[in-house]
Amino acid sequence: MDTVIGLYNYWVVIFLMMTGFYIVISRENLIKTVIGLNIFQTSVFLLYITMGKVRGGTAPIMADGFDVYTNPLPSVLILTAIVVGVATTSVALALVVRIREAYETIEEDEIRAQDRA
Amino acid sequence: MIEHLPVLQIIVPMIAAPLCVLLRRRLLVLGFAILACWITFGLSVALLDQVLTNGVVRYEMGGWAAPWGIEYRVDLLSAFVLLLVSGIGAIVLTFAPRSLSDEVPVSRHYLFCSVYLLCLTGLLGIAITGDLFNVFVFLEISALSSYALIAMGGRRQALPAAFQYLVMGTIGATFILIGIGLMYMMTGTLNMEDMATRLAAVDGVRTGLVAFGFFTVGVALKMALFPLHVWLPNAYTYAPSVVTAFLAATATKVSVYILLRFVFGVFGVEFAFERLGLTTILLPLSLAGIVVASTVAIYQRNIKRMLAYSSVAQIGYMVLGISFATATGLTAGIVHLFNHALIKGGLFMAMGCVMLRLKSVDIDDMAGIGRKMPFTMAAWAVGGLGLIGVPVTAGFISKWYLIRGALELNWWPVAVLVLLSSLLALVYVWRVIETAFFKEPSERAQTATEAPLSMLIPTWVLIGASIFFGLMTSRSAGIAQQAAEALLRGSP
Repeated sequence: MDTVIGLYNYWVVIFLMMTGFYIVISRENLIKTVIGLNIFQTSVFLLYITMGKVRGGTAPIMADGFDVYTNPLPSVLILTAIVVGVATTSVALALVVRIREAYETIEEDEIRAQDRA
Repeated sequence: MIEHLPVLQIIVPMIAAPLCVLLRRRLLVLGFAILACWITFGLSVALLDQVLTNGVVRYEMGGWAAPWGIEYRVDLLSAFVLLLVSGIGAIVLTFAPRSLSDEVPVSRHYLFCSVYLLCLTGLLGIAITGDLFNVFVFLEISALSSYALIAMGGRRQALPAAFQYLVMGTIGATFILIGIGLMYMMTGTLNMEDMATRLAAVDGVRTGLVAFGFFTVGVALKMALFPLHVWLPNAYTYAPSVVTAFLAATATKVSVYILLRFVFGVFGVEFAFERLGLTTILLPLSLAGIVVASTVAIYQRNIKRMLAYSSVAQIGYMVLGISFATATGLTAGIVHLFNHALIKGGLFMAMGCVMLRLKSVDIDDMAGIGRKMPFTMAAWAVGGLGLIGVPVTAGFISKWYLIRGALELNWWPVAVLVLLSSLLALVYVWRVIETAFFKEPSERAQTATEAPLSMLIPTWVLIGASIFFGLMTSRSAGIAQQAAEALLRGSP
């Protein structure tokens, strides 16, 4: 029981991770690939946040009556990773726009067919 | 000044990048970017010199002591890779102006320089930092800018190629991020040196294995280790010649560096090789990569694509050396990392000259070009000999160490395979040399003239360096050997 409920967050992480990964490898539409990539990255954000959390802990601000603090470092790291994720998404979307201009489609199989021709 | 060398190494290209956007004027920006690159190179020479005389150089970012603050830590291997990356970066950008005006719209040149400098910053940052999360950040800086650089390619195929690289690269980087997260979870630190000492305390925990798996697969994706290399051929084929020369010579090499640092520096030889048996994974993959990619290279009509497949094979040689986990094997891996960067950089620059004059890199169009562009193709031929591993070239030194390493372990089938794969390289290199020098000039080659000196000189500098380090091995192989021994001793 403990492995199911106690590790609840980690199950969510794994579910999201696999969902994102599956979308990336199975979809031909480039926008859907970007969305899959986003879900995949987001699962990792959740993984980091989860491991920093201490049960009953508060934000790490010194105050009377609180002596259990959540580890702030993973959250800070993930702030950086979110920025990286946003940058990746924007570059990816910019590429999709230019692919659409050049090929008139954003379906991978149609792009491949045009390149072969 | 001297004590701030490590941080200047990163800050100079990083500050120069946005300044390029502000300057805007093409010639001004190109001159400024080239100057910044050469300053960066000068700093890395000074840094290597400092490491050779005083040993490991440490720099605490913002005065925060490690392991809490971010530490820049330059040992011999870092300094060696820094020198390589900044040197190639400076030479390739010096070569760039003429080639760029042919392949990239003039209005985008200032953006090109800016992104190029950012990519350089990222690659240097990976090599210099002692903090694992910092590695991820710099990795993404270099990766994002290289997607943009590849997308600047003249043909529309560059766009899907860049997109594919982006997807694969992001998956690789996210795997690395997961690995770093799990490592942090176990040890509570991100400083690599600190992590190495703390790992002993949590020995045998499964999280460590999972972290190791994620990290290794992520890095293998980034360095295009067979069979995770599918993004590489298209990216190298359709990127502008300058970008291909720069990325082929640096990006995958830096990924090999991450693998070395992580496997030997953080986890240690005993854990990775004796307990996990990393050799049984890396050895077959690298051998398969060498044979398959070399064979595929033989059948390519586009010579840039042929060289790209050859790069996949050469990554195989580096990883093969690493998989031996002996001093000689590691020396082979590190020295090949260096030598191959010079050779492949030179070859792709020669292809840039061909592209400028022929507007094509197809083997049919290259027929008879050796008579019209003798200096360019002579450089290509010398570089090609280096790829095969002919004595006197730098490629020979790497293969010699590799075969010696295999024989030390009594793995003679591996040594035989390395020799046989050199024959495959001979086939694909000879095909180009024969077409270029012994066939009647093609229609396009009829009107071709020798490449301008501004491109020939940098090309020959790299090709010349590959000969120089084939003869004077004390510098390259000597440093590689010292670095290999330090890695095996387990100092991160």
